[in-house]
Amino acid sequence: MSLKTTFLRSLAGLIGLLLATSIHAATGNYGYPHQDPFVATVVGTPSADRALLPQDIPFNKRTIMIYEGRPVPDAVWFESALRYSVALQKHSAPLIFLIAGTGAAHNGAKNHNMARAFYQAGFHVVSLSSPTYGNFVIAGSSTGVPGHAVRDAQDLYTVMERVWSGLREEISVTDFYLTGYSLGGFNAAYVSQLDEERQAFDFKKVLLINPPVSLYNSISLLDRMMENIPGGEDNFQTFFEDLMVGFTEVYKKTDDSLDFGDDFLYKAYEAMDLKNEELAALVGVSFRLSSASMAFFSDLMTNYGYIKPRNVQLNRHSDLSVYRQVSERLGFTDYYHEFFFPYYRETHPGVSRDQFIESMSLNSIEPYLRSAEKITVMHNEDDIILLPGEIDFFRQVFGSRATIYPSGGHCGNMDYRDNVALMLSTFQESSL
Amino acid sequence: MRKQLAYTPARIFLVLAIIIMVSACNTAPPMPEPQPELSADEIEEPVFSARRILNDDVADYTADYDPWEGMNRRVYNFNYHFDHYVFLPVVHGWQAVVPSVARHGIHNFFNNFRDMRTIVNSILQLSPKKTIQATGRVLVNSTLGLLGFVDVASDAGMPRPIEDFGQTLGHWGVESGPYLVLPILGPSNVRDGIGLIPDTLVLTAVQKEVLTKPLRKTIFAFDAVDTRAFLPFRYYETGSAFEYETLRWMYGVKRELDIAK
Repeated sequence: MSLKTTFLRSLAGLIGLLLATSIHAATGNYGYPHQDPFVATVVGTPSADRALLPQDIPFNKRTIMIYEGRPVPDAVWFESALRYSVALQKHSAPLIFLIAGTGAAHNGAKNHNMARAFYQAGFHVVSLSSPTYGNFVIAGSSTGVPGHAVRDAQDLYTVMERVWSGLREEISVTDFYLTGYSLGGFNAAYVSQLDEERQAFDFKKVLLINPPVSLYNSISLLDRMMENIPGGEDNFQTFFEDLMVGFTEVYKKTDDSLDFGDDFLYKAYEAMDLKNEELAALVGVSFRLSSASMAFFSDLMTNYGYIKPRNVQLNRHSDLSVYRQVSERLGFTDYYHEFFFPYYRETHPGVSRDQFIESMSLNSIEPYLRSAEKITVMHNEDDIILLPGEIDFFRQVFGSRATIYPSGGHCGNMDYRDNVALMLSTFQESSL
Repeated sequence: MRKQLAYTPARIFLVLAIIIMVSACNTAPPMPEPQPELSADEIEEPVFSARRILNDDVADYTADYDPWEGMNRRVYNFNYHFDHYVFLPVVHGWQAVVPSVARHGIHNFFNNFRDMRTIVNSILQLSPKKTIQATGRVLVNSTLGLLGFVDVASDAGMPRPIEDFGQTLGHWGVESGPYLVLPILGPSNVRDGIGLIPDTLVLTAVQKEVLTKPLRKTIFAFDAVDTRAFLPFRYYETGSAFEYETLRWMYGVKRELDIAK
């Protein structure tokens, strides 16, 4: 699975401003090593600069049936139960929910690393997949059509309530906390707002890590990264083969066998002398794999007729290659305009495309975010999923509750020791 | 030699693999390719059809040679069930009963034998560097490492090349042949599947020299459990709707890299 990991780690982007103006952040002496946001996003944090965390924690996968008896398309028969992970303390402790980013699983590397940090610090950890992750689309989504800020939050909330009601007998919990990175951070803001109304958890603190401001702006940026493939998407095979030639040369010279840790990726990046355009293309490819799977799962679940003809029934042995090829040629914005918006227009009559786009943005809950003292933000000045200037939204709305680091790209510094320390102190200040 | 082999699980895998390869060769295609069932006479046009989206002159990058796809998909499906109902429960029991230190020691013990496989294949590939590296590891680990239970070599920073007979064949220019999903063992191809035979023979011969007969008989099951325990892969949990195709592609890419190295 290492190559997949390589791709999944490969996120990157557009703009690199290196000014730290945050009120809260350590200005000037932030020691995260990668100043280039593309490199940061793709290769993450070198192991020497990571927070020291235990490798072996009892991070166990569990499953739960959210929609008992709801039919599951036979082509994805294996996704009937929702998967999540827990790391539970033996003693009474606060519980933190983690929400993964776009297309990522409950046990992906970033959630797993956060679980290590929080478990070691004495928290019960419940780790959830992104609503855009295939298993969640099939087993956790009420609509099967992810990406809707409010509906996704409702789905996540339902899942959290169900998971908690199953854990009630098993553990003793003092307080509830919530965090998420990337799209998961965006989700966490809406979940927190919903919690004010439904009160099942009464979250004491919520941390948003590298969230987008406007979903549509961010998915547009991500889609456009595919334009960095020389000759366009039709040329993907050549692009990939060229990269592999360079990669093979690096790989031959190393003594490691297939161990694509961040250090290896960084060495490979340095040796291959990748250009920013190539890194951006890799980020685009990584997100494209996520959007392709998400859209196809969604199409299967709703039989919408987006990629699969409505009157074709697929089974568990069907050859899906044509659908895969088509899915991989379509971006988030195609999904948005040709599936997501038409689908939800039926339940939001009279809403224009632009109004709908505006409603899928943190702007739409700005008054809540301004007033909710419990919510804090950890972000990067050079995050590549934000448009120029969008980072200022967090300064203006959250003020001193926003910590904005000068570098790190999109989530590239999440494992860096300062960042892990901030994550922990955010929640420990109020729990201890 | 033949008698020894009878006691290894690898033989069971091999027999299954050979049966499948042979049956697949004899009855191509082995099973009818599943066709989409139509509920109407004409296929309704989706929003994005292949006709609209795909250019004819653009090759599918994952279009690996997979003439036995129908059978492979069924074996893949079988492997999930075997994993789910047999293999992983045993692995989890193993992890629950045996302390982590002991499991890692046993893993090192088996890896020491796997390093011997690397020695043989490095010699066959005429690679003095890898032969020396692997031999050095085995010597150090078998002695200072207390019969292989402690991986002193890795602790000392000695590199660990990994070579098998599939790579040796690839090194000398043998093509991969059709993609093959082996029962229990998972993704492979004809070349790598055949490569399991000499690798198993070598390991059996080595173990015959250094282990007592009752021990040999006992450890083969642990070998399989140990191998699975250290593989994080779980069938149908990659989050991809196209896991079969993705894995097939990645297996090909990975083996190309292994051979190039």
